Amino acid sequence: MSILKGADIQIRSNHIGRNAGSDNGCSYSYARWVIFLFGLCLTGCDGQQSALSPAGRGAERIADLFWWMSAGAVIIWLFIVGFLFYSVRAHPEAHNNRQTKILIIGGGTVLPTVVLAILLAYGLALLPDLVAPAHKGSLKIAVYGEQWWWRVRYQQADGQAIEVANEIRLPVGVPVEFQLESADVIHSFWIPSIGGKVDMFPGRQTRLFLEPTRTGIFRGVCAEYCGASHALMSFPVMVLEREEFSLWLEQESKPAQMPSEPLAARGQQVFLAQGCNACHTIRGTPAKGVIGPDLTHIGNRMSLGAGTLSNEVESLKRWIAHTDGVKPGVLMPEFRMLSQEELEALASYLSGLK
Amino acid sequence: MRNEIEPVEVTIEEVEPLKEAPPKEIQRAQEERLLKAWKVPEGWRYWSEVNNTEVGLWYTIAALIFFVFGGVLALLMRIQLAVPNNDFLSAELYNQVFTLHGSVMMFLFAVPIFEAFSIMLIPQMLGSRDLPFPRLSSFGFWSFALGGTFFCGSIFFGVAPRGGWFMYPPLTTRYQPDIGADFWLLGLSFIEISAIAAAVELIVGVLKCRPPGMRVNLIPLYSWYLLVAAAMVLFAFPPVIAGSLLLEFERAFDWPFFDASRGGDPLLWQHLFWIFGHPEVYIIFLPSIALVAMIVPTFARTPIVGYGWIILAAVGTGFLSFGLWVHHMFTTGLPGISIGLFSAASEAVAIPTGVQIFCFLATLLVGRVTRSVPMLFVFGSLIIFVLGGLTGVMVALAPFDFQAHDTFFVVGHMHYVLIGGSIFPMVAGCYYFFPLINGKMLSEKLGRIAFWLMFIGFNTAFLPMHLTGLRGMARRIFTYPADMGFDTLNLISSAGAFILAAGIAVFMWDMLRPKSRQPHSKRNPWGAGTLEWLADMPGKKWGVRSVPEIDHRYPLWDQPNFVRDVDEGRFYLPDAEEGKRETLVTSVIDANPIQCLRIPGPTFITFFAAMFTGGIFIFSTFHWWWMAAISAVLALGAILIWFWTGTSIIPEKEKKNIGLGVTLPLYISGPDSVSWWAMFITMLGIMTAFVCLVFGYFFFWTIHEDFPPDPLPGPGVFWPVTSAGLLLGAWCLTILARQWNKRDLAISFYTGLTFAAALAVTGGVALIAGPWFTGLDPATHVYPAIVWVLVIWTAFQVAIGLIMQLYCIARRFAGRMTARYDIDIHNVALYWHFTAITVVITVAVIAGFPLVA
Repeated sequence: MSILKGADIQIRSNHIGRNAGSDNGCSYSYARWVIFLFGLCLTGCDGQQSALSPAGRGAERIADLFWWMSAGAVIIWLFIVGFLFYSVRAHPEAHNNRQTKILIIGGGTVLPTVVLAILLAYGLALLPDLVAPAHKGSLKIAVYGEQWWWRVRYQQADGQAIEVANEIRLPVGVPVEFQLESADVIHSFWIPSIGGKVDMFPGRQTRLFLEPTRTGIFRGVCAEYCGASHALMSFPVMVLEREEFSLWLEQESKPAQMPSEPLAARGQQVFLAQGCNACHTIRGTPAKGVIGPDLTHIGNRMSLGAGTLSNEVESLKRWIAHTDGVKPGVLMPEFRMLSQEELEALASYLSGLK
Repeated sequence: MRNEIEPVEVTIEEVEPLKEAPPKEIQRAQEERLLKAWKVPEGWRYWSEVNNTEVGLWYTIAALIFFVFGGVLALLMRIQLAVPNNDFLSAELYNQVFTLHGSVMMFLFAVPIFEAFSIMLIPQMLGSRDLPFPRLSSFGFWSFALGGTFFCGSIFFGVAPRGGWFMYPPLTTRYQPDIGADFWLLGLSFIEISAIAAAVELIVGVLKCRPPGMRVNLIPLYSWYLLVAAAMVLFAFPPVIAGSLLLEFERAFDWPFFDASRGGDPLLWQHLFWIFGHPEVYIIFLPSIALVAMIVPTFARTPIVGYGWIILAAVGTGFLSFGLWVHHMFTTGLPGISIGLFSAASEAVAIPTGVQIFCFLATLLVGRVTRSVPMLFVFGSLIIFVLGGLTGVMVALAPFDFQAHDTFFVVGHMHYVLIGGSIFPMVAGCYYFFPLINGKMLSEKLGRIAFWLMFIGFNTAFLPMHLTGLRGMARRIFTYPADMGFDTLNLISSAGAFILAAGIAVFMWDMLRPKSRQPHSKRNPWGAGTLEWLADMPGKKWGVRSVPEIDHRYPLWDQPNFVRDVDEGRFYLPDAEEGKRETLVTSVIDANPIQCLRIPGPTFITFFAAMFTGGIFIFSTFHWWWMAAISAVLALGAILIWFWTGTSIIPEKEKKNIGLGVTLPLYISGPDSVSWWAMFITMLGIMTAFVCLVFGYFFFWTIHEDFPPDPLPGPGVFWPVTSAGLLLGAWCLTILARQWNKRDLAISFYTGLTFAAALAVTGGVALIAGPWFTGLDPATHVYPAIVWVLVIWTAFQVAIGLIMQLYCIARRFAGRMTARYDIDIHNVALYWHFTAITVVITVAVIAGFPLVA
């Protein structure tokens, strides 16, 4: 039995999605569906994680490829099905041996060979570009998949790294190299709107090169089944203007602010007293744990629990007290023993970490 | 001493059925004797039957029960995914359900159903009375029933595997330490072994048990397809068995094959799994399309167009399918060049598939098509499958796969291929062949209702999934958030799934509904041209009244008075004078009759052998090693009793007249005998598994600089080379023993084989001594682990060979093997040829390779 309730694990598509990502959206309708069925719909449909409304160079190429292939597939399918109906109704005597031979050789070998040759020439020509390394000086981000969250390190030119978690922000128009690795099982890193996916392995680094082409808010997910809460391993992706991005990154690089309000100060005491620091780091405080996500600027993030809950005080409280209920199998224990007052203080402290 | 048995040279043109039918009373007496020989036991002894019609039927029913079980699991998933944030199933239960759904459908339904159909139909199609090894079919069935029940039962205790049907480590090793994954690894390995048993049976059946005159160019297409599919099983299942062995060793004994921190690599599993997993799709698809190849000519009222093309395409598909596995791994970060190559290879498989489809279209074009329920399902199949094939072309293109991989697009694609390419033909096949089971037709009306429900339901369920996937919905997620563009699409899919299920329910009801009041169908109700439609309605257990001489692809259409001649016993083997079950063995290419094969009858020993063999796997799942060991001893005992009492029985006379002036030997050994072929084919499968382990060794070498490690911790050169010398000695002495036996030199035979056995023991011990004395600890690093696995595999094979040598000594001693009747030693020598190859490869790898690396 799960206690997941609709209201509790909404991803913030409403309040997040409205500001940037919804400008080229189209609402889903029956008529549109019918149009898709007949292969005539050439526009992508919305969603923060739709490969058909691309926001990255790779995703754009692949979406184009998809529409061409779909059109071709629909034509071939109609041809074969049409031919099937014709064959059933055709008068038997009208066809001689030679014609059927031509049909088998033509339809079975020549036609597919030609079509596939064209397709391979077009499709594989995209490949070098999609797997080519980003040029020198491009942004490098190391991402570690862990059951079931994401450790993200922005590599700085000086060799330092700025660690964030469960959220990725990117500057628009800048190629990015993701260095992917896993801390435990196999995961797969995928931001459908921006490009394809690459798996993450323990003990082996893989790379993915992406280049966002428009600003907006998107959603990335783990695409490789990775255990109980595989479904709840996602992350918001925000593509920003370059200046905005630099400001954000600079903010992220700073240590946490000391709590100013008494409630938040009490929250910090609870944080340390309960041993949260054994797993979590909050830079600038004694909390230096490395097992769980870095919480230095958790107040700034768009979601909690790797895209599972919206980042609000109420959901923070819910998360801390009922982790396993929200995310089955999660490693973080449930802090049910906290009093309402302690929970309130803790949530206030954490949400104040901007 | 030995009588030279020359194959009887019979040329096709000369043979005609008897001009005159035997007198009626003789016919009646023959029929009585045949019926008595092929009588099915009654009461509880019914379950001791091994005849292909009964075993095939049980097999089919069991596979269909698992199909319904897998289908119910699918409906549970569709309920869960109907709306966002649903809590109908918990995360853990959902993960168990989807793992079981995939595994059950693949391992307990799709492959077994084709083996079941084939066990039931192939003897009929080949005008044979049974398959060559009925008891092997029976053993396979009981293994399947036991293993499948055990595997499925796990979910009722909440401990079902939950690693996905692909079981990727390290999720399935350290991160799921409970017994769920063991159910998968051991339960399914057991079933895979029974699948290989059935494949061996079918290959030998098609190659050696055809009616006289049915040369390779006259074989019904179904049998051709089955031959290809069974050969694929033989080479595709061993990799996953080898992989399962490694994975289970890692789970049970902590040998780090897939643990990156100790030199292992999770990608090795993916390679081994998909070398199996991709051919698997064609193993399912080819037999299904084989049904289409039988149904289409019947209803087009014309022979198939492009017979040769179809066979070429089927063989081509079989070969190609082994070179495509990497397209399941496009997102693992492989180099661009290999991605491109495998992408192109994957596309190429569309060509043979296209040839087959256009051959069917051409047949429909030149024929006058009659409408029927089987044909309706064939049309549905083609319409759906072609679309699945086209989306397959899309996902095979690596750049598109970067997006589509592991999304609902692939779920949609795969079900179009599997349901269109397999379920629809299977239902077509059920409607078509049902009269062969109990002489009754299925309902035309219910069939049409079932079709439209299934067709509409299927497309409603699976077409939207393509879009759901491209909107970013990953596979294997137990829930999804609202407002991501998935909600409506998922609801439609769920509704469609229930419509599809309703259609399948109607179809099931049609098969199960009581039919006692319904009259029997007329004979050959569809007016087909192939041999299985010789059957009476209801059919007689003898399979075929007399084994016909074939010189057309559609003998019922093209050979005049064919049915009359068969019925009146004017062809071969119209009688069972000695009251024994018999069928003909023919040569592989030209189908010249070479032997009248005595076939064993009902027994419970195969049931016990299957239960005890199952016990080994089942008890190991729970780590009850002692129970497993006892079970292994009992299984060995049961199998030995089975072989001792039921195989290579010395006939009461040398030759037998089978009619039409042909006299055939009752006993042949060596490469002409069916058991020699069975041994040869089985050993090919076993060698494949072994080669996969060797592949593992070299895989680690390619990914590690320091593999094999320097300085080398073991196993050294001395012990492995010594053991190779001893074991090759055992091999040579076994061959010599075969010669001495043939020359009836009893003393030399006994001494030689005893020495051979002694050499096998010492050689096996010496092999183990290498890693043992050099202190290789398999839990520390992958190098000692893989060396140990190669050694254990080889030593195990030697141990089986030792049992065989002792068995031969005992057989001769008991008078059950003589200079003339020497199948046992022939087959054991063949086994030892392969064992010698295994030994040489193992020693070359573990002792030789570190020297050159």
